[in-house]
Amino acid sequence: MPSITGVSAVDELPGPEGRGPALKDHAAGTGRLGDRLFGGAARGAGVLVISLVTLIAVFLLSQALPALVKNKANFLTSSEWTVGGDSPRFGIANLAWVTISSSVIAMAIAVPVGVCVALFITQYSPAWLSRPAAALIDLLAAVPSIIYGIWGAFVFGPHITGFQNLLNTYLGWLPFFGNDTDGVDSSGTIFFIGIVLSIMVLPIVTALSREVFAQTPITHREGALALGATKWEMIRTAVLPFGKPGVISASMLGLGRALGETVAVLIIVSSLPGGSEWSWSLFNGGETFASKIANNAAEFDSAQKTGAFVAAGLVLFVLTFIVNAIARVVIERRKAFSE
Amino acid sequence: MKTQSRQRFASITGVALAGALALSACGSDNNAATTPVASNGAANAADCPTGTLNGEGSSAQKNAIEEAIRTFQEKCSGATVNYAPTGSGAGIKQFIAGQVDFGGSDSALKTKEKDGKIEADDAAKACGSPAWNLPMVTGPVAFAYNLKGVDKLIMTPDVSAKIFNGVITTWNDPAVAAINPGVTLPAKAIKVFFRSDDSGTTDNFTKWLNAAAPAAWPAEPAKKWTGKGEGKPQNTGVATAVKDTDGGVTYTEWSFAKDNNLGIAQIDNGGGAVELSADSVGKSVATAKQVGTGNDLSLKLDYATKEAGAYPVLLVTYEIVCSKAKDPSKVALTKAFLKHFSSADTQKSLEALGYAPLPDAVQTKVTAAIEALS
Repeated sequence: MPSITGVSAVDELPGPEGRGPALKDHAAGTGRLGDRLFGGAARGAGVLVISLVTLIAVFLLSQALPALVKNKANFLTSSEWTVGGDSPRFGIANLAWVTISSSVIAMAIAVPVGVCVALFITQYSPAWLSRPAAALIDLLAAVPSIIYGIWGAFVFGPHITGFQNLLNTYLGWLPFFGNDTDGVDSSGTIFFIGIVLSIMVLPIVTALSREVFAQTPITHREGALALGATKWEMIRTAVLPFGKPGVISASMLGLGRALGETVAVLIIVSSLPGGSEWSWSLFNGGETFASKIANNAAEFDSAQKTGAFVAAGLVLFVLTFIVNAIARVVIERRKAFSE
Repeated sequence: MKTQSRQRFASITGVALAGALALSACGSDNNAATTPVASNGAANAADCPTGTLNGEGSSAQKNAIEEAIRTFQEKCSGATVNYAPTGSGAGIKQFIAGQVDFGGSDSALKTKEKDGKIEADDAAKACGSPAWNLPMVTGPVAFAYNLKGVDKLIMTPDVSAKIFNGVITTWNDPAVAAINPGVTLPAKAIKVFFRSDDSGTTDNFTKWLNAAAPAAWPAEPAKKWTGKGEGKPQNTGVATAVKDTDGGVTYTEWSFAKDNNLGIAQIDNGGGAVELSADSVGKSVATAKQVGTGNDLSLKLDYATKEAGAYPVLLVTYEIVCSKAKDPSKVALTKAFLKHFSSADTQKSLEALGYAPLPDAVQTKVTAAIEALS
């Protein structure tokens, strides 16, 4: 079973005679050369990844700290961004808002749709269709993000403004759908990038959910049906609970892509001029952490400027870390209930 | 099962191949204008040293220097010139760090302190001799607009500043109408697009606004946009945004305005409306004052010039070189390449790419400075 559920099979199944899972069973090693080589290689790879992540964190911190110390504005709550000169003032409030809100929109669309697609492929579709459909969706995941960006900006974008205006007219009393202050009239809005991001995330959610749904033990499904459940009730009581940790893991992977997406955001979302008023409207423009850094990478001419952008990168790093930690907690709790 | 998966693999490979073919078929390079530059078949050895020259910097001159490199390497098969268009700031940084043989920048090395550094001094220290700024490419900045039914538009610095400041918001505003007699202006909203990345184009455009209309544009000129509007990345971003938006307006390099078929406003600095053309830009460069001493040819453009027929909104990109090269083996190659770049033929060929040739007076000085490199 793939470990994408976040709970690998070996963790769940006790080894023979009630001993711990086989992988943790060091006694199984025979001390032969092949064993030692493979064990060493696996350990080396593990250490390498851990030290890489640690080193990246150290690098981000060491680059960001000098600039953060000189920063005259509140780094977390300010939305100014003046990084040159003797008294730099920069803060990430706006970047964080655009990054998180666009990702939330993306997830709100992609997760339900992705789960439904996965259910269709595994439970409803005839066998001749499910295989090509799955392959197509995997293909969608392989499309580079710049393609989505260009497609979004030039093909899809012009059609979305009408829908945005509709939402604005009828739901404008909600702050999220209210008027933006600086007048981003084009399709370059947070709302629109959220939709494009959801399309980018959809195949990830679908592909992984499909894998876990397909792993639902046949006994669970037949048991539910035998108790008189309809197909929908069977899915609700057997397939979904079994797949839930997997769906959460899939969503986290997708969320990671949405949070870190760079090029598509850069192409599609209109950035705001400095000193713009704060607005909760999703029909406003802005920049995400990643797009801000990418857009200004050419002008990193002083350590202080670089440091400010790296500090923003550090926040994204921490944000992703927190999101993953929350996901782990949720999965662990699910595990406790399902056993 | 096995054959099935093999079949699937084969069909996927087939799709990938077809896709790759289709993509490569589309990849025609529209940057390389096919302007045959007098290729001296009998180029002698002095004009054509061999070796490799590395440069980095301004992306504003990317298309120009790529064209110059192409024709230079056509002429001199033994020479290789590389240019990385990573931005002026990066170019100066790499030049000072001694990583590249020349830097490209859309502003001359600063002689005043900024962020605790004096670029000109740092560069001189790195070179062991003064670094020279050689103006090489002039790129006009177009006031580009998209307005159905309006083919001819005249702009003054004052009205431009108010448009980009968000003071004037509709095309039929009396202020716009007053300077465009006889033009029927629609009652459409003006949608301003600006460069969201730090850019020399923004810097030079705001230098013009600030110099020619200080009352309407009091903000200090900077690479970062200080007006209103929607930000899009790079010249491509703003130009395509305006193309897609009826009522849109932006400032962009000439070639991008031309390629996207945008309207280009005539600029009236007070001496009459001037159309953007190679001649009108050259006239403006010719009136620029040299602020560098001797062979350091850094120029001070007069953005507020009222000279008739001079188009005032432009940027000049410099090649920054050590007056005495640290690596003597590269002197001949540096001289040969820069001479080729500044030659009348090459400069003329840049016009098709949206740049204006250096005016004769400046070109003569540049040639003299290149001769003096050692």
